Amino acid sequence: MIDGTAVLETVNLGKRYRRKWGLQDCTLTIPKGRVAALVGPNGAGKSTLLRMAAGLDQPSVGNLRVLGESPTSGSGDLKERVGYLDQERPLYKSFRVAEMLRFGAKNNPNWNMAVAQEHLAQLDIPLRSRIGNLSGGQQAQVALTLCLAKEPELLLLDEPAAALDPVARDELLRILMRQVADCDSSVLLSTHSLGDVVAICDYVVVLAHSRVVLSNDTEYVLESHRILSAVHDGDLLPPPGVSVINSQSSTRGQSLLVRVELPIDETQWRVERPTLEEIVLAYLREGSPGAKDRHSHDDEGLGE
Amino acid sequence: MTEKPPSITFRLDPRSGVAPYRQLVDQVRNAMVSGLLREGDQLPSLRDVVTQITINPNTVHRAYRELEHLGIAEGRAGLGTFITSYSSRPFDATERESLERKLRDTITEARHFGISEEQILELITLAFRQDGDVRT
Repeated sequence: MIDGTAVLETVNLGKRYRRKWGLQDCTLTIPKGRVAALVGPNGAGKSTLLRMAAGLDQPSVGNLRVLGESPTSGSGDLKERVGYLDQERPLYKSFRVAEMLRFGAKNNPNWNMAVAQEHLAQLDIPLRSRIGNLSGGQQAQVALTLCLAKEPELLLLDEPAAALDPVARDELLRILMRQVADCDSSVLLSTHSLGDVVAICDYVVVLAHSRVVLSNDTEYVLESHRILSAVHDGDLLPPPGVSVINSQSSTRGQSLLVRVELPIDETQWRVERPTLEEIVLAYLREGSPGAKDRHSHDDEGLGE
Repeated sequence: MTEKPPSITFRLDPRSGVAPYRQLVDQVRNAMVSGLLREGDQLPSLRDVVTQITINPNTVHRAYRELEHLGIAEGRAGLGTFITSYSSRPFDATERESLERKLRDTITEARHFGISEEQILELITLAFRQDGDVRT
């Protein structure tokens, strides 16, 4: 069964490069309308997943549907409905910004020139400037502007704000959010900045060791995790109804980051709310293939 | 053309364990207590908020829906979201006095137990949070 409300669905998706797996056993569903973050250490498979979703790489095993279609064997119009941007920005350094826009217009039937010009005006990037003379941050903004002018239903962005100074980064993400507000685009973006995830993402996918260890709404993730601490000598058994993601001991106490399934007895444990960063880090540290959220979306799978 | 400033400017603390939508809800509540927001005020449109700060529009939408659910704001079709009369009920002198007395009693009792100011504040924060958990 293909769920019409998902923009990206994978079932046991894997990609093998010669001897090493770039992504393994990846099962996830990203619902329509979300701004989803893909986080994980370098080499965890983030770019591999994005490239396969963009139709640039062929999966080795498993199933992949993007906007309900297969990116590599589906109809050609998927390329127009999906915007992909990696860190190798597809810009011609000798072109002027205006020429780059005309080039984009010629190659994309759904091109919205007004949107592109509005974004560039807001960013104070003159149309007459040569791409090569712009700063790194401005080049990133132009590249994203070109990607957004296609008004794609789904944006796949590989570290769109990496290596930008804080102001340029903020402006870039704000333009992205405005596009989401105006066009209802869905977004899947990889990032190392957990601060960005909290500000702009409402869905989070954590990849560790080429596998998905967490995939859910950020709100749900925040509400379903707690830090429990207690004063105790030696090991204390965790209360019933929790899964321990990560535990830390001190001389006289114990602190657990847990996923909560039942209300916790607050007389024995001090209960605090972890930040999203603490939760993601706990999953990344634990990061073992046995992480329980891995198959949380199995029941929404594609089937055959 | 002069643009009217927004009725409220939001901010987001990424290092907080509180869900972003709830941070916005709390900011509206606090603004009402301090008098920054009053009955009939229009909350900034989704697009205005997204232009103002870097935030996911879905989060703003979620926060406004929550405010409507709590009876603090109401959506008027084609116009926007407005602070309702119910929410901005002023709190009168007698009520204030009664609450203050109860708080002073609690503090006296806590001091008697040897509990520090920080611990008392922490208890109050915790109580608010639990209250929030119950209501949402």
